[in-house]
Amino acid sequence: MAEVKQLVKGLADQHGRTMESLLPILQGIVHQEQHISEDAMVEVARELNISAAQVYGTATFYSFLHTKPLGKYVIRVCKTITCMMHGKNQVIKELESVLKINLGETTHDGKFTLLETNCLGQCHKGPAMLINDEPYTELTPEKVREIIMKYKHQEISAN
Amino acid sequence: MKKNLQRLDLIFKNEHDSEAILKKTFGRTDDDVINDLISSGLKGRGGAGFPTGLKWKLAAETQSDEKFVICNADEGEPGTFKDREILSSVPHKVLSGMAVCAKIIGAKKGYIYLRSEYNFLKPQLLRVIDEFHDLFDSLNLDFRVEIFMGSGAYICGEESALFESMEGKRGEPRNKPPFPTDSGYKNKPTVINNVETLAHTYSILKYGADKFKDLGIQDSRGSKVFSVSGDTPAPGIYELEFGMSLQKFVDDFGDGDSKAVQVGGASGFCVPRKRFNKTVIGYQGKLRGTSLPTGGSMMIFNSSRSMYNVLHNYLDFFVEESCGQCTPCRVGTQQLLLGIQAVKKGEQPSSYLNKLLDLAEAMRVTAKCGLGQSVANSFSSIVENFKEEMIY
Repeated sequence: MAEVKQLVKGLADQHGRTMESLLPILQGIVHQEQHISEDAMVEVARELNISAAQVYGTATFYSFLHTKPLGKYVIRVCKTITCMMHGKNQVIKELESVLKINLGETTHDGKFTLLETNCLGQCHKGPAMLINDEPYTELTPEKVREIIMKYKHQEISAN
Repeated sequence: MKKNLQRLDLIFKNEHDSEAILKKTFGRTDDDVINDLISSGLKGRGGAGFPTGLKWKLAAETQSDEKFVICNADEGEPGTFKDREILSSVPHKVLSGMAVCAKIIGAKKGYIYLRSEYNFLKPQLLRVIDEFHDLFDSLNLDFRVEIFMGSGAYICGEESALFESMEGKRGEPRNKPPFPTDSGYKNKPTVINNVETLAHTYSILKYGADKFKDLGIQDSRGSKVFSVSGDTPAPGIYELEFGMSLQKFVDDFGDGDSKAVQVGGASGFCVPRKRFNKTVIGYQGKLRGTSLPTGGSMMIFNSSRSMYNVLHNYLDFFVEESCGQCTPCRVGTQQLLLGIQAVKKGEQPSSYLNKLLDLAEAMRVTAKCGLGQSVANSFSSIVENFKEEMIY
């Protein structure tokens, strides 16, 4: 709780304490913690001197702001028709098998969350996905396996 | 690949003379520049097609202590990716356009509202903005640009929802009027233009209105950047002259077996093969046949594709992205989806599709904003042209 308090205060110092700062602050929380907890929402409300309901309303509207915990790496696979036509379902299957989770779930170690999302604006290079902010395009099951392995190795060497 | 259509190179042309263009433009009177834009015939490239010069003129005439220029880079329409390309390869053209607009309307603050899916573009964009701030200072232009990140909401591409979002609220569209040139961001006069529109102003200021007007036909002037995807051997981004026939487009970009083209993304229209030669890409005007406005999304489907799956995918999209504020859109999108599923499963007779078409039309009339109103575009054009595929 004390950590959240510090984080929110820091973000409010950086972005300001007006309504126009709300979205940047919420984005900052997600950047640090992958999701916005109830404690964080209450804290934001206190810093900005608005109601917690207002913070909740905004936080739950946007698909890139999550109010439930997510993994360190959030994988978002584009599900628009053109990516689907070029093999999105095989990409999802491969991700599910490599990560040993189903779509919508987070790995037990809390590292990866697998989601679908609407158009990523990479339709000429579909199928496409984002891992956090990083786009990956022209995916095949083999390519996806390599990408995930790269992230897993990165995690191991970081520890 | 055949080349019936001429590839143009205005927007992506590698030219870096922003300083010279801004100097030249700031030396002219504001009226002169606005008249140039109006006579060029440039219209909004996000898809709605409002005349750009007129928009700037209206904002310039509105009295206020504070005004804003906003670049709408919340490119969320399925099948559209041109703005990403423009912002990554020629961001200086967009910023030059914003600067000229700021000077004319008297804005000191500008924003680029960038969708969160394009977060990876932010570092390079910030560097270009920094360079431009120095340039503005050297030209005595009191103007600063910031990037405002979206958070994954298609509806925020709608201008008034975008303002709400910037103000920290849910991205729910406002009633219009008032229009943004009177009351936009923070209820101040605001010019909000699509990325591509701003980039076009650079070309007009550099080469003159006539050169731009020479391209295109009647009410649709200039060039347009198209995002081509689907069943095509050449997916990608192409700048083409406005007013082309869809047949020529398919001859160039199709795979020889094109069954339909979805023009304008999920909120656009589906054109079946038999109407390719009767359809022209451009704004609604005095054109012969059907003219379709578009933000540039062109999805091509060949005969191996099920149009039921296509429509299902679009409706899934609308159900998720409807902001939920007005009932016709919130409930209508869900009922359309349930409806086509029921017909497909045989739980409802095929005549039920007519009821669904009525519902879609009711949404066109009663929904509050463009999202709910345009669901009928794809729904009706797919259901009417591919009825068998919906039933069997």
